[in-house]
Amino acid sequence: MPFSLLKYGLNKDYPFEQNADLPAPSALKSHYDVVIIGGGGHGVATAYYLAKYHGITNVAVLEKGYLGGGNTARNTAVIRSNYLTSEGVKFYSESVKLFQGLSNEFDFNIMYSRRGQLTLAHSDAAVRGFRQRTEVNKHFGGKTELIDPQQIRELVPTLNMNPADQPVLAGLWHIDGATARHDAVAWGYAKGATQRGVELHQLTEVTGINTENGKVSSVETNRGKVNCGCVVQAVAGMSSVVAAMAGIRMPITTYPLQAMVTQPVKPFLDPLVSSPALHCYVQQTGRGELVFGGGSDPYPLYGTRSTMDLKESLLAHAVELFPFMANMRLMRQWAGLTDMTSDYSPIMGLSPVENYYLDAGWGTWGFKSTPICGKTMAELVATGKVPELIEPFAMSRFDTFRQVNEMGATAASH
Amino acid sequence: MKIINCPLNGPRNSSEFVHGGELRQMPDPNRCTDKAWADYVFYSDNQIGVMTEWWLHAPSGYWFIAERHTGSDEIMRTYDPSEIFTQRVEFTEKEECSPSEEVKA
Repeated sequence: MPFSLLKYGLNKDYPFEQNADLPAPSALKSHYDVVIIGGGGHGVATAYYLAKYHGITNVAVLEKGYLGGGNTARNTAVIRSNYLTSEGVKFYSESVKLFQGLSNEFDFNIMYSRRGQLTLAHSDAAVRGFRQRTEVNKHFGGKTELIDPQQIRELVPTLNMNPADQPVLAGLWHIDGATARHDAVAWGYAKGATQRGVELHQLTEVTGINTENGKVSSVETNRGKVNCGCVVQAVAGMSSVVAAMAGIRMPITTYPLQAMVTQPVKPFLDPLVSSPALHCYVQQTGRGELVFGGGSDPYPLYGTRSTMDLKESLLAHAVELFPFMANMRLMRQWAGLTDMTSDYSPIMGLSPVENYYLDAGWGTWGFKSTPICGKTMAELVATGKVPELIEPFAMSRFDTFRQVNEMGATAASH
Repeated sequence: MKIINCPLNGPRNSSEFVHGGELRQMPDPNRCTDKAWADYVFYSDNQIGVMTEWWLHAPSGYWFIAERHTGSDEIMRTYDPSEIFTQRVEFTEKEECSPSEEVKA
C-alpha cells in the first residue's frame, strides 16, 4: 500500500482520473428523445437507468442551477422504508435495496451507512399505529420491530426517556434505516449517466413548454429551443410552477421545511432517532455533527428563509430528547421546498399531456426514493407502460378519490 | 416574529393565524361532477406571485382574506370576506336517492 501510494504521489496524472469528472459543457442539440427537467437526484437517476437498462442515450438533463444543488442538497439524507401502506412499503423497500448496492455499482462511495432508525411512541395511539406498521413491514420483507423502553435505553443510552413530560412508551425499530451522502448519490448517477452518453446541461433553465395536439413538442430554455420526444419533470419544490408551463394543474401545496446542523462532537448516537409527537428527528453524521429537522412551516411559501419561531420550537424539542444538546452550538441552518400532497404520497407517472411524465409531490420523502424512482420512471419512459410499483401514485388518484394515505411518510409530523 | 394585520383585531403575531388555503370558487357539491369536486378539494394553483388566500385568526375564530406574495411572503392587503361575498351562499338540495341506489352505496 505505501508503495502504490508513493507511485500515485509521483504520477503526474494523480489525482485527476481522466474519467472522474463530468464531461465539459457542450452545445445544446436541437433534438433529444428524452428531455429531463431537473438535474437533482431523481432526474439524473432517471437518465442513468434509461441509458443503463433501456439503451436510450439521446437524453438531456436540463438543470437551472447546478447538479444536485436544489432539494437533493437540502434534505437530511434519511433512508428508510418503515411506511404504513402496502403500496408505500413495497416501493420504499425496493429503494433501500438499491441504495445498498449503489457504491459498488457506481464505483464511487456514496457513504451509505446502515444505522437503524428509531421512532418513538409517546401515546397508546402511537403504539397501536407502530404495531400496524411493524406488521405491514414484516409482511413485505422489511426489517422492523416494536421495542420496549428497556431496549430503547440500550440502543440510545443518552436519550431522555421522559421528554416534555411525554414518557417514551415504545419504539418502532427499523433495522434497515440508513443514511448516505446525498450529493454523492446525485454525482454517482450523473457520472454513470454521462459516461453512457447522456448530456447534463447545468445553468439551463426551462422557461416554457410547447405543446401541439396534446403532446409536448419542444421546451424553451434560456439557451434556446429544444425539440423533444418526451419530457420528464423532476423538479422538487417547483412542481406546480413547471407543470403549469405544460398547462397541468397539480394537487400540490409547497411549504418550506427547515433543518439545521450543530458543531461536530464525539460519536454517541448510532441510530437515527425521531419523535413524531415532538416534531423532531435527530441523527449524527459520520463527521460527528448532529443534523436535526422538524415539521414543515405552518403556511405555504416559495422561499428558503428561516424563521425564529420554527427554530425555537424545533430546538426546544431537540433539547428535550437530548438535554446535553443545550450546550452545543449550531453551525448552519437552511430550508428546502417541499411539494406536499394531501395524502403524503408522491405523484408519479402519466399526466394529462400525453408524452409528459410527472415525478412530483415528493414532499419530505424524496431523497430516500431516488434509486427506485429513477428506475421506475426510466421504465415508464422507455416502455410507455406504468410500472406496477408506481401505479398507485398516479395523479388521477385524486380525481377518483383513491388516495394512498401514507401516515408513515414523515418522521416528524402527523 | 412576523406581524399580520387582522382586519378585525389589528396587527397580531403570525403564530395566532392559521392558513386556510387559496380562495377559489366552490362548485355546488350536489350538482357538480366528481372531477370538479376533486379539483376544488385537492388541486391548487400553487404558483409564485400574489395569491388570494383564506386566513383564520384562531383566538377570535375570525376568517378573513389576505393577498400575499408566495415568493417574498409579503402581505399586500387583508380584508373582511364581506368585500367578496356580498350574498348568502345557498346550496341546492340533494336529490333524493331511490332505494336501489342507497343499497348500492
